[in-house]
Amino acid sequence: MGAFIAFKNVTKKFGALTVVDNLDLEIAKGEFVSLLGPSGSGKTTLLMMLAGFERPTSGEIFLDGKPITHLPPHRRQMGMVFQNYALFPHMTVAENVAFPLEMQRVPRAEIVRRVERALDMVRLGALKDRKPSQLSGGQQQRVALTRALVFEPDVILMDEPLGALDKQLREHMQLEIRDLHRRLGLTIVFVTHDQSEALTMSDRIAVFNAGKIEQIDTPQMVYDRPRTRFVAEFIGETNLVAGKVVDAGGERAVVRVGDAALSVCGNVQPGRDVSLSLRPERIRLGSTPAAANALPVTVADCIYHGDHMRLVLKSGSLELVARAERLAGDWPVGTEAVASFDPQDCTVLAS
Amino acid sequence: MLRALQIVFGVLVVAFLILPIIAILPLAFTSSVFLTYPIPAYSLRWFEELVTADVWRLSIVNSLIIGIGATVLSTVLGTLAALGLRRSALPLAGLLRTLFLLPMVVPAVVLGVGMQILLVRLGLASSYTGVIIAHAVLCVPFVVVSVSAALQGIDPAIERAAMSLGAPPVTVFRRVTLPLAVPGVVSGAVFAFATSLDEVVITLFVAGPNQRTLARQMFSSIRENISPTVAAAALLLIVGTLCLAALAALLRRREKRATALP
Ligand SMILES: Nc1ncnc2c1ncn2[C@@H]1O[C@H](COP(=O)(O)OP(=O)(O)OP(=O)(O)O)[C@@H](O)[C@H]1O
Ligand SMILES: [Mg+2]
Repeated sequence: MGAFIAFKNVTKKFGALTVVDNLDLEIAKGEFVSLLGPSGSGKTTLLMMLAGFERPTSGEIFLDGKPITHLPPHRRQMGMVFQNYALFPHMTVAENVAFPLEMQRVPRAEIVRRVERALDMVRLGALKDRKPSQLSGGQQQRVALTRALVFEPDVILMDEPLGALDKQLREHMQLEIRDLHRRLGLTIVFVTHDQSEALTMSDRIAVFNAGKIEQIDTPQMVYDRPRTRFVAEFIGETNLVAGKVVDAGGERAVVRVGDAALSVCGNVQPGRDVSLSLRPERIRLGSTPAAANALPVTVADCIYHGDHMRLVLKSGSLELVARAERLAGDWPVGTEAVASFDPQDCTVLAS
Repeated sequence: MLRALQIVFGVLVVAFLILPIIAILPLAFTSSVFLTYPIPAYSLRWFEELVTADVWRLSIVNSLIIGIGATVLSTVLGTLAALGLRRSALPLAGLLRTLFLLPMVVPAVVLGVGMQILLVRLGLASSYTGVIIAHAVLCVPFVVVSVSAALQGIDPAIERAAMSLGAPPVTVFRRVTLPLAVPGVVSGAVFAFATSLDEVVITLFVAGPNQRTLARQMFSSIRENISPTVAAAALLLIVGTLCLAALAALLRRREKRATALP
């Protein structure tokens, strides 16, 4: 299947500042892709180029095989949801939602019908005659979403649409958007810098760093198999351990860390200096020496987190953070223990 | 102690500002032919004079004609200017904005002299058109400031949203930008009208005897025959201006309620 949305060698500069750097990105029809990255990494700029509000300095953008780089925003058929919702303050909820249909010259009676149906779908039917200023943040958010969906655009673009909501409402809206995506088969490009949001909602996550995509993969791959140090550190928490590859073959390698030889996942050359990424929750702590992939450690600190304990482990000069479930018993400071992990839970990153 | 001082100071400042107004107003109701205290008895004879005497009646009509003309002209021009100044790509935007606001700070006498010379050249001296143009020059800055403020308050994302929902630029302007700028346009127009209403200096230079405005008539009558009609006219002006100010405030409040996002 050809890509529905494609960025080809797209660069965007503001003066001397390169904000998007020779970027390629392909998104399939019906896919939910999140753009995740730190502030200033170019996510919004990329979305603005897709919506037509910014022109790439060079490169082309394609929609369904046709170049749209020079198409003005109003002819792109993309519903956009802004961070602060950008509802029309002088129109009622119903008028806001009717606006895109009026732009398409849909007959009046049909507009009324479709607006009603769309508002009922997000349980806002009763509020249709209110002005946006008379709605709560979550309600405004739903109006903005409905307005972007009602004209059945090819693509929905969202720029941190949930950023202004409190945690509970945000999680609720995440589920609601995910549900809409599945039910309506929408193609969604979703900008966020909330990693848990990206992990729970997306088909694929594009991790941005300084105008480039460091990795684009399924949430699971991005989390379990980060390709770069940046991705490993940006998504979730991780332990980065320096070592040297002593043996390698296929997708497996043996890396020497201190005195221990650890077998890990990754395609590298023997003799290279590398970093290992090991998630805290993948570290098993035991009191008896395990056969493989084990490091002798001392518990240096133990932090109470309610549902789990966060342990700081020392092994020589190495410091690891591990997550211990409450069921796994107590690990008082000073306890001697053995930390082990499965080879597939540890990824090699090029140093 | 400090608090008491603050209150006293505040009262003094307010008194300083409004005492002249309070001093003149009761004289509008005097029955005497002199513009002085004490007031022997109260009557409405000077208001009658205001609407029956030809010079006064004509001046009121003139004020309305010129005020409305100047308001319409300056509101259209000022709104267009503010819209143009909003474009971020505009070169020398800062310089242009200063130019538009210049009539606010240039001494009225200078403006008056210049305007007179110019209008004579154009054959518009002592004509309604001439006075309306002269007043409009003075009013434009108020409209520019007020409309600019309203436009500044519009989140660019709102206009972008309209575009992404399929609205071409003209429609975005008609359906989104303009409606949101209307309160600014209206309050600019109110300011413009009030400015034209009490403008004397430039009127002295450019208006002929036929375009005598109320303010101008008050100015000359206070030098010729100090009749209490001046006080009656003053009351009329104050009430008129207060009504306009209240209207502007009301509009602003209503608009704020309608557009403010929590
Ligand atoms: N119109 C502009 N003119 C100049 N520089 C800009 C413009 N828009 C964005 N930038 C710069 O481009 C860089 C990337 O901005 P962008 O808004 O794309 O970041 P982002 O990834 O969306 O960040 P955030 O998470 O903070 O929203 C920033 O350094 C920003 O200052
Ligand atoms: Mg952004």
